[in-house]
Amino acid sequence: MNGPHDLGGQMGLGPVAPEIDEPVFHADWEKRALGLTLASGALGAWNIDESRHARENRHPVDYLSSSYYEIWIKGLERLLKRHGFVSERDLAEGRAVDAAASPKRVLKAEDVPAVLARGGPCDRPVETPRFKAGDLVVTKNFSPSGHTRLPRYARAKQGVVETVHEGFVFPDSNAHGEGEQPQRVYTVVFTGKEIWGEDADPTLTVSIDAWGSYLEPA
Amino acid sequence: MAARVRALETILTQKGLVDAAAIDVIVDTYEHKIGPRNGARVVAKAWSDPAYADWLRKDATAAIASLGFTGRQGEHMQAAFNTPDTHNLVVCTLCSCYPWAVLGLPPVWYKAPPYRSRAVIDPRGVLAEFGLTLAAETKIRVWDSTAELRYLVVPERPAGTEGWSEEKLAGLVTRDSMIGTGLALAPEAA
Repeated sequence: MNGPHDLGGQMGLGPVAPEIDEPVFHADWEKRALGLTLASGALGAWNIDESRHARENRHPVDYLSSSYYEIWIKGLERLLKRHGFVSERDLAEGRAVDAAASPKRVLKAEDVPAVLARGGPCDRPVETPRFKAGDLVVTKNFSPSGHTRLPRYARAKQGVVETVHEGFVFPDSNAHGEGEQPQRVYTVVFTGKEIWGEDADPTLTVSIDAWGSYLEPA
Repeated sequence: MAARVRALETILTQKGLVDAAAIDVIVDTYEHKIGPRNGARVVAKAWSDPAYADWLRKDATAAIASLGFTGRQGEHMQAAFNTPDTHNLVVCTLCSCYPWAVLGLPPVWYKAPPYRSRAVIDPRGVLAEFGLTLAAETKIRVWDSTAELRYLVVPERPAGTEGWSEEKLAGLVTRDSMIGTGLALAPEAA
């Protein structure tokens, strides 16, 4: 979706303001927000692509004025409601009122180290790549209403394939319950001028990691 | 927000969907066990051991796993080596993708709109806000983490560190130098 999360190249958002000696968390609720998000993900009802879409699919004013952990919590509430774990009544009363759907599993404290150390690899075997390193390619121009990982600034641009990666789960389908449909991923490099025009920094190149169906031969 | 998160935790624990002790372990892991010291060990080893650097270049996931750093948001790693000609900078314009296994959780600025919007169009302006000014002719390569590959920048080894142990070298490797918003520290800063 052409949503508020797709920020590359937007202007007027202010300075970066790095914080000296920044703590890992800025409030106790942020710790619980991280833990709740990971522990709820372990219920097995949604995947990382659906959760990313639940976070990004917000009104721009809401998205841009929320801290990142606020966005996570708003996205998590949406996922928990969609999958029948939490109801509006539960949230209104701040306690469990309605019965919950049955989860595939519940993450126990003793299993956390192993689960985090294992992670969630999303590479999948797929057939021969369509492109090879050095190929000239053009990214597609599209504006899907659902989830995609092709940023707006990199659509309809010509670049060069630098690296051919293995197959990966395709987020545009996986986020919407349409299966993993894995495809090869390619690191594609663009000049600054191709993306931003004549006034771009001449020393700049930008790469994205693009699923094969985002690309056409140039 | 604190009340809203507390209420959600109450609901989920009452329903038996979340184990509060599991949250404690997750928080402890990312607050105390996984952080940029992991990545600094990878970089220091790459500086010290050409065979390891070569492995890191070709198969970063395996080379990093050999030091014990694996798992969530580090499943598919790639290393980007700075050279005298080229400086690498990593961003996730679409969300907050970051190599947790080697750097821990991302800082707030990495997840916030100013960095995500500007890193791809005005990297020199962004670097200046970190106090880093590159030579005008230095090439800048920005890596937008749009898929599941996670990038670790390997900064250049500072001059004057010949003969240093890996442990001492690791002390020069800052988090920002592994994102690309900084360089490794000079030896006198160690």
